[in-house]
Amino acid sequence: MSDVVERTLSALPRLLGQQELGAGLGGPVGPGRVSPTSRLGSLIRSITALTSKHEEEKLIQQELANLKATVSAPSTTLRLMKECMVRLIYCEMLGYESSFGYIHAIKLAQQGNLLEKRVGYLAVSLFLHENHELLLLLVNTVVKDLQSTNLVEVCMALTVVSQIFPREMIPAVLPLIEDKLQHSKEIIRRKAVQALYKFYLIAPNQVQHIHDKFRKALCDRDAGVMAASLPIYLQMIKENSSEYKDLTGSFVTILKQVVGGKLPVDFNYHSVPAPWLQIQLLRILGLLGKDDPRTSELIYDVLDESLRRAELNHNITYAILFECVQTIYTIHPKSELLEKAAKCIGKFVLSPKINLKYLGIKALTYVVQQDPNLVLQQQMTIIECLDHPDPIIKRETLELLYRITNGQNVVVIVQKMLDYLKESKEEYTVINLVGKIAELAEKYAPDNEWFIQTMNAVFSVGGDVVHRDIPNNFLRLLAEGFDDGKEDAQLRMYAVQSYLTLLEEEDALYSQKFLQVMSWVLGEYSSLAADVDPEVILTKLHGLLKKSFVTSETKAWIMAAVTKIASRTSSSKTVDKLIQEFSNSLDTCVRQYAFELKHLCEDKALMKNLLPFDASYTDMVVDASLSFLDEFVAEGLGHGAAPYKTHHQRQEEKLSQEKALNFEPYGLSFASSVSSSGIMGRQSPTGLSFGSDMSGNSAETGHKETNTLKLEGVRKLWGKEGYLPKKENKVGKENEPQTDSCGSLLAARVGDPPALRSDQGGSFSEEDKEKQQLALSLFTGLGSNAGVSLMGRADTTTQKFKRKSKINETQNSEETSDFQKGASSDFGPLLDTLPVSMEDCEGDIHTRLRKPTLCSSDIPEDNLAFETPESLKQPELDDRLSDSRPSQITLFADSSIEIFQPSPSGQCASAEKTLLVPSLPEELEELTHSELVELCQSDAFALYLCKVWTDDSLLLTLFVSNKTTSALDAVNLVFEESEHFQILESATYQFPVIEAQGVEHCKKCVWMDKICAQGILSGSVSYQSDRDTRLEFSIALSLLDFIRPMEMTTEDFGKLWLSLSNDVKQNMKMSSTQDSLSATLTTLQQKLKLHIVDIIGNEGILACQLLPSVPCLLHCHTHSGMLALWIRSPCSALPDGLLYQCQKVMEES
Amino acid sequence: MIKFFLMVNKQGQTRLSRYYEHVEINKRTVLEAEVIKNCLSRSKDQCSFIEYKDFKLVYRQYAALFVVVGINETENEMAVYELIHNFVEVLDKYFSRVIMFNLDRVHIILDEMVLNGCIVETNRNRILAPLLVLDKVAES
Repeated sequence: MSDVVERTLSALPRLLGQQELGAGLGGPVGPGRVSPTSRLGSLIRSITALTSKHEEEKLIQQELANLKATVSAPSTTLRLMKECMVRLIYCEMLGYESSFGYIHAIKLAQQGNLLEKRVGYLAVSLFLHENHELLLLLVNTVVKDLQSTNLVEVCMALTVVSQIFPREMIPAVLPLIEDKLQHSKEIIRRKAVQALYKFYLIAPNQVQHIHDKFRKALCDRDAGVMAASLPIYLQMIKENSSEYKDLTGSFVTILKQVVGGKLPVDFNYHSVPAPWLQIQLLRILGLLGKDDPRTSELIYDVLDESLRRAELNHNITYAILFECVQTIYTIHPKSELLEKAAKCIGKFVLSPKINLKYLGIKALTYVVQQDPNLVLQQQMTIIECLDHPDPIIKRETLELLYRITNGQNVVVIVQKMLDYLKESKEEYTVINLVGKIAELAEKYAPDNEWFIQTMNAVFSVGGDVVHRDIPNNFLRLLAEGFDDGKEDAQLRMYAVQSYLTLLEEEDALYSQKFLQVMSWVLGEYSSLAADVDPEVILTKLHGLLKKSFVTSETKAWIMAAVTKIASRTSSSKTVDKLIQEFSNSLDTCVRQYAFELKHLCEDKALMKNLLPFDASYTDMVVDASLSFLDEFVAEGLGHGAAPYKTHHQRQEEKLSQEKALNFEPYGLSFASSVSSSGIMGRQSPTGLSFGSDMSGNSAETGHKETNTLKLEGVRKLWGKEGYLPKKENKVGKENEPQTDSCGSLLAARVGDPPALRSDQGGSFSEEDKEKQQLALSLFTGLGSNAGVSLMGRADTTTQKFKRKSKINETQNSEETSDFQKGASSDFGPLLDTLPVSMEDCEGDIHTRLRKPTLCSSDIPEDNLAFETPESLKQPELDDRLSDSRPSQITLFADSSIEIFQPSPSGQCASAEKTLLVPSLPEELEELTHSELVELCQSDAFALYLCKVWTDDSLLLTLFVSNKTTSALDAVNLVFEESEHFQILESATYQFPVIEAQGVEHCKKCVWMDKICAQGILSGSVSYQSDRDTRLEFSIALSLLDFIRPMEMTTEDFGKLWLSLSNDVKQNMKMSSTQDSLSATLTTLQQKLKLHIVDIIGNEGILACQLLPSVPCLLHCHTHSGMLALWIRSPCSALPDGLLYQCQKVMEES
Repeated sequence: MIKFFLMVNKQGQTRLSRYYEHVEINKRTVLEAEVIKNCLSRSKDQCSFIEYKDFKLVYRQYAALFVVVGINETENEMAVYELIHNFVEVLDKYFSRVIMFNLDRVHIILDEMVLNGCIVETNRNRILAPLLVLDKVAES
């Protein structure tokens, strides 16, 4: 290999014009090839010789002027034109636009012969982009060349089509290209498949009908054609793997053949058979086998073989090995393969070759979630990588550490990240890492002091580039507080003290966001620091207001803080001074604050009332209709004022005035126009300053307006999902009922991390010891055994920052509380020896008893004997039951009255039915909703569903009616994950208690994530202490459930229409009842919830949106009994889906 | 997914650029300048993959010339690293006899290998076949 490299090394710079003196010396100049003395050659040489950008610009501008004259001269030959094109390509490559030449490139492709034509096509593909208008001019040439008898021309046309082609003209060439799939030459077939791949990328629905042809290509006798079809499959399988599972066998066979060296030798690269093909196949197999044990079963063999064959010591085999490892860890796990993959990763990580080390760390990062033990084995190497001279290795290692962070190692890991940030100032890295630090700090902070200091570092290092969620979330965390009031006060107090110290430094420059955070905290909580004179704080804030680096937005935050502090002091000289000083400020915002402050100071009682202490997180009743202003408005209108226009209206008007195309998706602004304007529009707290005491935190304002929006944003960054999401879930549940004995039990298992122990054989040097120490602090709590302990202990640390479950009241997100309550129930069986589980046990038995008695009035003892072994299959559970026998008897006696009530079951049930049929709460009754349907029922309870179609989501209202005569505790409702639907907030809900014969309901907002005509959302309801009373249910949801009308003007429609790319067209026969266009449209409007934008003659336009905000536009045209439908949307699958619904409606009516 | 393919010399002059996603001309020059700055700042014993913004750069140096490929996170760095070498070997095979400035031909070769950000052909004979036919026709 080395000789090849050497030759290459020497040849390359020359052929690309590095060596000036090489001209003419290199032997005979081939006839077709440009000699170095050519114009391009001299251009490149003179550019290379230049020293300044300015000179370059001058030279190129001159060159461009010459070129312009040449290309537009009629006498220019095609041969010269070709040469000009190459020079134009060169100029554009250097960043000088040469749009005058574009049309000539197209002409050259049209008129030139072979090489000239090829250069013409090349220039087109380099100059134009997908939506360039000139591209249309190319279509004719392409069509002509596709039909040419000269294969070279056909080849070129296919190449350019697979690079760039106008979407709307696909139908013009598609049949021609389909023909080429049967061509006798492999190169033509191959290029035809590549062209179809391009079509699939830009307009998937246009090639839907030829999927079987892709399959044919996959089975082509030529390996190249087969390989060309793989990118299509990779793409399609990525989008929906379930449809292609049947091809697994084929891919496996192909890979086996490739690996086994069955391809022609020229597919080898350094004696490795078609390595890139192998990699692509491995990737496809990984996608197919993901979460699918049966398919994975088919893949194991070939993976094993690939690993075995890739033994050669060459980079390309490492690339294959890396892909193998990734696939092994993606598909359903098999221990033998995992072992081999682990070995492979080990080899990578330990390799002296730096590129391999990088791959090793990357692989570790990928697998750590499944196999934390692997990280433990490599811990010493990881430590070395942390101090690696190459920052890229360091960065990758930090990424790995980020994934293994827990409550015990967070301090060390965050410190490492901060150290890295000291060296790297690249903005993207800073934003990224700072976000991670903030996330880890909130999740795992061991104590208040560390938390505040880390956040200080985040704001100092991150400056103003930090994501705005970071300060918002931080303030929210402070405001909401945790479950422990004392802790809250300490944390806040610490924050206040820390900021006061920071502000001591006269000349320190803090970022705007940091200043905003400081001023909000000082405004809210400075009174907690009783030993600090408010006057001192006011003076500091006053000082800040006068600093020139403080922006006007930040000043508003500071003014808000001043106002809050002023409300808690009787009188202050600083405040008076401040009012005086800023009452004539040029900054209107600050001036307004000053005036407000002045007026408030005059009425202290009002001020106190307006600004209550620590009330930033209490709910406020907001009169959203602003009815108290009615009088004022009426008066205004009476005096001739213009009526108020909503944000939506104003925006529409503004848009209609703008001439330019609007590329913003409309949905965004319409979906939640009120809330988004509320939040986005209000960067500074001015707007709501005194209306509510949440002034400092605009995000919080948003929270009151729409829970959904706010919580969504929060969840992404700050949610519970992080390191080991699945395990953590389980862990969280296990944590709850911990008792001391549990703690000690777990603590007993802690010990040292396993791998470390084995390492500690001989004696170590100082440095080694240091590293060992670091390893100990980094990797505690990892690994299977230690995993348990981590979870036990992590709880105590994370608890500190567990949000108070206040959200409970607002109904929208019960995540936290669900979690906690659901926890106790699931935990019962595991902790059989613990006293705490007793309660659960009793509950268990309780319900188990209830079940039989409701059905029949047999003697309960028999029933019990019958029930117990069946329902408790696990031996531990049996143990537990026998343990708690005594209590069982007493329980029995106690509740016998309730249990033994004799009532014939049938009668009972029917009576309950009439009693317990739920009804929608009033606020929902007004909205459009479906009929109430029963989803499932058992003896104990029944589940009903009502779909409510609100403007911004599908609201599933589920009712659980308790049919028994005793209250049901903790009924859990869990939705299974669905690929098509997304349940906002949490997919679970727990009814804390349902009264006897009572009905409780919960609401879940659902969006459609992946478009489908009809999908099933399934889930289960379970009653905590009885494992058998788990009822499964499923809800059928249709695309229509998520379609809402979208109001817009004809003009907006036109603009939006042009900007959309995915479209479908379909002609449909109209039935006699819908002979007129308007009748048809009305049908569509009613059945599909569309908005009719306009009807002009025999054309009509309609608009709708898929929740949350994907617009979809329809254009209808009637013509002699036919309805031509044309649907466009930014989402590729939506037009198809909607078309299907339209067809259904048309057929039905 | 390959985002772009660049050849830049040590002086920061672009010798070849092919973008697989549309990028404005003025943004290209800024990007290329930053990319080469990143590559030049690295020593021989550092790894050949660089994190740059939200994508990665894979580069190889041949004398004074850097070949740099921008990829997203789904791509296998080492496979791309070797792709560069394969490309260079193909160039070497084709241009071995003659010294010249063949921007168009290098592009034609690259177009056979990478399309729409995907590696589509790595068989040297097949990569060169169309170009050799063109040369043959031009000769006759």
